Amino acid sequence: MPGKFDIHVLFNHWDRFAEGFIHTIEASVLALIGSFVLGVIIAVMRISPVRALNVIGTVYVEFIRNIPLLLVVFFFFLGLPSLGLPLDGFTSGTLGLTVYTASFIAEAIRAGIQSVPTGQTEAARATGLSYIQTMLHIVLPQAIKIVLPAIGNQFINLVKNSSILAVVTGLDLMYYADLINSDTFLPLTVYTIVAVFYLVLTLPLSFAVHYMERRFRSADR
Amino acid sequence: MKKPLRWSVGFILLAMCLVFTACGGSKNEPTAATGGGSTDTTASGNKDDGGDTSAKGGTLEAIKARGKLIAGVKYDTKLFGLKDPTSGNVEGFDIDIAKALAKKILGDETKVELKEVTSKTRIPLLQNGDIDLIVATMTITEERKQQVDFSDVYFKAGQSLLVKKGSNIQGLADLKKGVKVLTVKGSTSAKNIREKAPDATVLEFENYQDAFTALKAGQGEALTTDNAILLGMQKQDPNYVLVGGTFTDEPYGIAIKKGDAEFVKTVNDLLKEMKDSGEYDKLYEQWMGVKPE
Repeated sequence: MPGKFDIHVLFNHWDRFAEGFIHTIEASVLALIGSFVLGVIIAVMRISPVRALNVIGTVYVEFIRNIPLLLVVFFFFLGLPSLGLPLDGFTSGTLGLTVYTASFIAEAIRAGIQSVPTGQTEAARATGLSYIQTMLHIVLPQAIKIVLPAIGNQFINLVKNSSILAVVTGLDLMYYADLINSDTFLPLTVYTIVAVFYLVLTLPLSFAVHYMERRFRSADR
Repeated sequence: MKKPLRWSVGFILLAMCLVFTACGGSKNEPTAATGGGSTDTTASGNKDDGGDTSAKGGTLEAIKARGKLIAGVKYDTKLFGLKDPTSGNVEGFDIDIAKALAKKILGDETKVELKEVTSKTRIPLLQNGDIDLIVATMTITEERKQQVDFSDVYFKAGQSLLVKKGSNIQGLADLKKGVKVLTVKGSTSAKNIREKAPDATVLEFENYQDAFTALKAGQGEALTTDNAILLGMQKQDPNYVLVGGTFTDEPYGIAIKKGDAEFVKTVNDLLKEMKDSGEYDKLYEQWMGVKPE
């Protein structure tokens, strides 16, 4: 029985699959935007000539990147309430995802920017461009082709990592999958369906990353 | 490249055959064993009438002749029967009930032998005569009454609510719209609470410890599951209390081999004595941390 694949599970529990899927999309999109913005800020701090900002950026990246995502999410879900700021499962899960992914995105951006030879910056500054102008017109356009695929990979990870919401009752796809599984006792069916739902989100991202990689490689030649 | 593949396919098929035959074999085994057992009993019954009566009516005599009571208890259940990993002692409410029975029958509460049972093994062990009775968080049900006899209820188990002390939630009726009730994924408790409090939001966690942590963190207003588990949590942190009594009915009874009315009466008499003398309340409070309702 548990080995049988029964597609009726999808139709019989459609409302819960759909609700979970929508919450997974919401959490992913919110965390995607949030982590990109936060990641850019951290990356700028990391490469900024101001020492204090530099230190803050480095501490953030090295601290968050090197602890488990579950711990970050538990901080928001169980830790913050004891400081008087209760957040529900969805919010704390999404915040945790944002904070966690931002550290990887910051690193991807920093690596991309620093891969642009320093001679470029020096030449730009010598022609009279300001630091900001140098960044915007000379460094970033060159960095972007290294950065974009790397960020794309982080977004794929983000969508998959959003399953962490299941642990903190974030009402996402994985949370409802667990509930449907305990109602139907058809784990193979339930989790295969869930895998397809995740692929619907991640495969387009994956193709986008490949496309960018190919395009930027041929542009270099 | 092709040859090894064919080999491995053949090997897997062979392995599967073995597995299937093995399963078939083990399925037949218990039937054969029970068959053998039953013929054995009839044989001995035919041979010796005296032996038959002692097996049928005389658990009490058997205990007295043996000089000790053999009780089937749980070794893994908090508050009721839990083996202390450091001392090796098994302790709990069920254990103390068994000891009290030994005291009544044999005059010495140490003359009790504990045998570990699980929900699966306890009825077969009782029917085989390996144990004299079951004191192992066993819910009295009509289905089980076909197989064993039960004493009177010795613990009123059922689903209940755990809330923070002073909470405005005092029972099922307070679980209105917007109230978050925490429980464990896929449990019967989750199903029950959805039926009994359809307006409340039910949040389901991986396990009871996670759910209790979330309750403490204020992620919900109430935690619901069996009162036996909640009583353990209340004991662990007295800032959280059970409210509203039980709203499902799963009374625990002591199970005795079917047809031994004399022994059932002995056990019931003891339970009544314990309740009258206040010893039951004392034991209950010692293990559950609160007085019985």
